[in-house]
Amino acid sequence: MATKKRTVEVELSTTGLDAEGRPKRVPFVVDENGAPVAVEAPPSIEPDLDAEHMLINIGPQHPATHGVLRLVLELDGETVVRCIPHIGYLHCGFEKIGEYRQYNQIIPWTDREDYLNSPGNNVAFALGAERLFGIEMTERCKVLRVMACEMSRIISHLVWLGTTCIDIGAFTPFLWAFQQRERIYNILEAWIGARLTTTLTRVGGMGADLPDAALEHLAAFVNGFPKVVDEIDRVVTRNGIWVGRTVGLGVMSPEEAVNYGLSGPMARASGVAFDVRKDFPYLDYETYDFDVPVGTNGDVYDRFLVRMEELRQSTRILEQAIKRLPDGPVNVDDHRVILPPKSKATSDMESMIHHFKQVMEGPRPPIGESYVALESPKGEKGYYMVSDGSSKPVRWRIRPPSFVNLSAISRMVEGHLLSDVIAINASIDIVMGEIDR
Amino acid sequence: MSDSFTPVVAGSALGSKAAPAVTPKNIPNRGGPANPSAQAIAQQFAGAVVRADVIWGETIVVVDRARVHDIIQWLHDDPSQRYDYLSDVTAVEFRDLEQPIEVVWQLRSLPYRRFLRVKVLLEKGATLDVPSVWDIYKGADWLERECYDMFGITFTGHPDLRRLLMWEQYAEGYPLRKDFPLRGRFSRSEQLRQALAANPEARYSKEELSIADAFEDLPAEMKRRLATGERTGE
Amino acid sequence: MGLSPRPEPTFKELSGNEPWITTKLDQFVNWGRKNSLWPMPFGTACCAIEFMATAASDYDLARFGMERQAFSPRQADLLICAGRVPFKLAPVLRRIWQQMPQPKWCISMGACASSGGMFDNYAVVQGIDSIIPVDVYVPGCPPRPEGLLYGILMLQKKIEHERSGDKTLRQEMEPDPTTQLYIPPAVIDEVSEPFGNSVHQTRSGL
Repeated sequence: MATKKRTVEVELSTTGLDAEGRPKRVPFVVDENGAPVAVEAPPSIEPDLDAEHMLINIGPQHPATHGVLRLVLELDGETVVRCIPHIGYLHCGFEKIGEYRQYNQIIPWTDREDYLNSPGNNVAFALGAERLFGIEMTERCKVLRVMACEMSRIISHLVWLGTTCIDIGAFTPFLWAFQQRERIYNILEAWIGARLTTTLTRVGGMGADLPDAALEHLAAFVNGFPKVVDEIDRVVTRNGIWVGRTVGLGVMSPEEAVNYGLSGPMARASGVAFDVRKDFPYLDYETYDFDVPVGTNGDVYDRFLVRMEELRQSTRILEQAIKRLPDGPVNVDDHRVILPPKSKATSDMESMIHHFKQVMEGPRPPIGESYVALESPKGEKGYYMVSDGSSKPVRWRIRPPSFVNLSAISRMVEGHLLSDVIAINASIDIVMGEIDR
Repeated sequence: MSDSFTPVVAGSALGSKAAPAVTPKNIPNRGGPANPSAQAIAQQFAGAVVRADVIWGETIVVVDRARVHDIIQWLHDDPSQRYDYLSDVTAVEFRDLEQPIEVVWQLRSLPYRRFLRVKVLLEKGATLDVPSVWDIYKGADWLERECYDMFGITFTGHPDLRRLLMWEQYAEGYPLRKDFPLRGRFSRSEQLRQALAANPEARYSKEELSIADAFEDLPAEMKRRLATGERTGE
Repeated sequence: MGLSPRPEPTFKELSGNEPWITTKLDQFVNWGRKNSLWPMPFGTACCAIEFMATAASDYDLARFGMERQAFSPRQADLLICAGRVPFKLAPVLRRIWQQMPQPKWCISMGACASSGGMFDNYAVVQGIDSIIPVDVYVPGCPPRPEGLLYGILMLQKKIEHERSGDKTLRQEMEPDPTTQLYIPPAVIDEVSEPFGNSVHQTRSGL
């Protein structure tokens, strides 16, 4: 007896939409007893891969975007045809509020902006403000600031290393890296009282002098750190998965890198031998003996190698700084910018007046402007300050390296696969606090 | 896998006899050795230089708005200048409202290890409009967009001048202008209301979808949202 | 105004009227919930780095049952908002909160999430509690890992004292459909007012 076929149309709750926007219908065939009957598969239509590109959205809340970054990708299958990054999800008005704060009051703001490089930012701002005031810092202060910059470079690269390893799939180096960061945190806490947002410098000097115990801890750290870098190196650098996922991705030629304004390890991995410490030195960096690694392929793997080598070079600079740290005053002896010691401020009339003027009004630089650039772990970090003679700057401009580096992402991910986008994004080493300010 | 690149070395045009770079010390407030490019610009573009200063060791050249694009192009291309690296594009507005708004370009020459600041003054009352240098430096893309977002300065010739840090339909104004109050023009609840009115799921701005050829194939829901001009909140 | 009225608690005070079996069941359920919170780090800025340090080996969140960090809100029960939230991010945070299924809790980590912090300007929401309901506020800029852990322990205590009889606990707060606010605008303006020294810091120059 022939079974009578009955077609029942079922509307599923989540299904594709047809061209008119109505849900597609899946036929469900039963025979007269209600038992399902196997039917031939409907002819599947080969999707026309050239016609339809998919637009997908990554972020702004996403674990792999390293902050609140939103990437809209136009995909042809799995290949990225075009990438449109959207930023501004962490825009907090830093530059605006810099116009309402005295120079020493802006230093805590510099911590929060690139929060992985807080000590480095503090030093950068202090250098810019001292240029604007026309103050020369003391010798001890210079060496302490070099230490701060290099410690900051190490902790920033360790975060980059840990998070990039997680993105590409290796979880353990993250734990090792953060363990080392805790040791630097302990040193910073002994020095200035804070772990992450340090507010280390003041205009004309430092917030506090480095205690001897902290110096010993730093020396011990410098002794032990290269072994940790070697350990991470051993598990990652020649790992087949790592190499397979990073070599040949996101290549930027040196001319492109310079034209796009890339700086720091991004530019150096592309073969541009430009390091602000070597080419436009500050803090007597020309007297320290260190090398600057420069890559030759401009891909994600080279950026990784450059940053790993920078960890070793920073340790080398720290060793030299520890040896050459001179005794002497940390703060410059200028009553216009440096607060008098509390014992004098409460007993000596003149000191009290200086204290009052500095706290209530703030030190006032002459009319002028200055742009001081530092080599932050991300690249060329510049602070441009314009003064009109009052105690608050007219304009405080932050030149953010990751902002300019990230603008090249559209160029770097074209033609790569979706999973490569994550690896390339990680290799730029972005900090959204700095990008959005 | 690409072939290895030949490194581009900063300071390569200086030659091996050049003095090594040192940390500048005891910099005077005004005066001191100027960047030779300032003189070169004045010679090459007669009458375009309004003023050239050296403030705290940095050379600043104030030029005419009409010729600034040519000057920057020349600084980039000329083999004796080779300002191949654009550090920054920004603007400065002074508290004294009579002073003009300055648009600032910070340029570096990596081969010659030089740093130059080029400025254009926009008088109060003039339209805030300068030429874009995106065709010379691709890095100017986002820097100019941010300057537009924060100051309202239009960069003619920029391929895609949209707001970057604030969302595209931000109605309060241009934040870094001096007449913009620190806490914004609207009350906090109004600011929050406007922010929450955006629908994060609407997802794509008109600009993104105009480039996708498959507009016709979009679901009707999405086409309806675009037709009603629904905000995407970016 | 159209806002859903704040519900009155229907739960009676614990005075011996509660059946023994319900209290025991509540204790068991709450014990399970508080020791297996799956946090979703909505990390934006510096506090996110301290959160990562808390989750790393020195301060280890895994011993509190928070080993598995959910990055999808659908699979999380604790939203830790770590970092400043600008107005552009506000609808995203609201949407993430709405995507989380009940039971859910929120920790506002850091000064910026709790009250806007040092960012009293045009761009930053002055406290995420005007966007989503917050259970525990952890002060600090950024809070030390011990501080965050203390906040988590406070939240665990709070969960311990929940009662299934209290229907208000698991009710979703609905915002006003026209304004999308769930607190009256006058209240938002009042809590966002600058106070203390920051009142005087609107002067630019001198």
